[in-house]
Amino acid sequence: MAPLLQVSNLNAWYGESHVLHGVDMTVGEGETITILGRNGVGKTTTLRTIVGIIRERKGEIRFAGKDMLGVPLHRTAHNGIGFVPEERGIFSTLTVEENLLLPPVVAEGGMSLAEIYELFPNLEERRSSPGTKLSGGEQQMLAIARILRTGVKLLILDEPTEGLAPVIVQRIGEVLKTLKERGMTVLLVEQNFRFASRVADRFYLMDHGRMVANFPVAELPGKMDMLHKVLGV
Amino acid sequence: MTMIFGIPLQAFLGQLLIGLINGSFYALLSLGLAVIFGLLRVINFAHGAQYMLGAFAAMLMLEYFGINYWVALILGPIVVGLFGAIIERTMLSRLYDLDPLYGLLFTFGLALTIEGTFRYLYGAAGQPYSVPTQLAGGTNLGFMFLPIYRGWVVVVSLVACIGTWLLIEKTKLGAYLRAATENPVLVQAFGVNVPVLLTLTYGLGAALAAFAGVLAAPIYQVSPLMGSNIIIVVFAVVVVGGMGSIMGAIVTGYMLGIAEGLTKVFYPEASNIVIFVIMAIVLLLRPAGLFGRDA
Repeated sequence: MAPLLQVSNLNAWYGESHVLHGVDMTVGEGETITILGRNGVGKTTTLRTIVGIIRERKGEIRFAGKDMLGVPLHRTAHNGIGFVPEERGIFSTLTVEENLLLPPVVAEGGMSLAEIYELFPNLEERRSSPGTKLSGGEQQMLAIARILRTGVKLLILDEPTEGLAPVIVQRIGEVLKTLKERGMTVLLVEQNFRFASRVADRFYLMDHGRMVANFPVAELPGKMDMLHKVLGV
Repeated sequence: MTMIFGIPLQAFLGQLLIGLINGSFYALLSLGLAVIFGLLRVINFAHGAQYMLGAFAAMLMLEYFGINYWVALILGPIVVGLFGAIIERTMLSRLYDLDPLYGLLFTFGLALTIEGTFRYLYGAAGQPYSVPTQLAGGTNLGFMFLPIYRGWVVVVSLVACIGTWLLIEKTKLGAYLRAATENPVLVQAFGVNVPVLLTLTYGLGAALAAFAGVLAAPIYQVSPLMGSNIIIVVFAVVVVGGMGSIMGAIVTGYMLGIAEGLTKVFYPEASNIVIFVIMAIVLLLRPAGLFGRDA
């Protein structure tokens, strides 16, 4: 079966600076994939290039069989890709519920508001508060929750646990498991290795703007030496 | 005779009302400027020209097509709004990636071009536009004689201001606008066509200016320079209210109109500069404006 997302020889630039040097990766339907790598190797850039925020790009990005390179940014979500950025992107002039209802529904199969509130009860309690008055953990929940409404097939998360307390990290892990049970495909970048090993089916290891290894979670114990070397931990 | 602060009550209330009428125009115009600046980060120097275009649209529609005031009040803003949308799509949008100064210079040049063209075609002298018969005449309020048309201007401006505020604060489209003001790239990644939103916003701002222009046509003379006379005051209003603040623009517009009117009662010599004095004080004490959020 063809993968849901196929990235081949992806190159990307920030102005003059060449950041991605031929990224190759695949994400199968229903899989949870984690990209590991040290700071500055191009993990966030990979996600932002796939979404289409970084436009100076070459190579191939196929999503559900469709070539995404020529698709304008505002059509990415309509093709089925949802994005939760590292900085979460909660809007301060919008209430929690307005933030939640902001992204347009692009396909059937997304969660209803009631289902989302069941999964994230805190958000319902604070539905009328300004979005940025929430705690960091609640903001991350909100950032994920608002994409779940839209019916996208692939959820792209950039460092969802960054700066969060262990109890919140655990909660996000539970949410990702629930999403997996519902058949959602997830691609995430994560520095928290322990968290990543609990949620991912497969890992990509990134270094110097390209993928240097790709292995399923079952092979993780045998890859620890290589991980220590590349991640420097 | 009843006196208030040594001034006859009649004169006081009369100027208060005139201040409210001027304030209505300040509020409508600064509202459009604030909406445009909030999302496009463009200081729209063509706003005065778009206000003038609204007044001319009403006058020319009547002259050439016999279209009356009431239809012009709807059609004028639509025509000028469309004109604004075309300008944004074909020209202004090319400047977004450059320094904001380019947008300012472009709209300044556009204003000069539009005003120059109308001056060439219609001369600098103002031309009259009659008050619609339904709103002609006046009513004696006891303390002053109120021309009905001016009362209408205050009421309809208030309705337009509140309507625009509701559109931005309480609707889905408004939520897109507010979110795109904060983080346009993310809103686009969510699937919202932000470039179209920018075009609509500039069109809406231009239409609001034209709406004020049609309202102004029967009060002031319809002249190519009517916009450049008022726009400097309106910029002061936006600065005092806080750039980009919608409610700030509305409240400050009315407030400064009244302040200007009352200055005419107490110290007439200062009435032309009082708004700019207030602007200077606000800039010194609260640079983000009365309703603006600190950067």
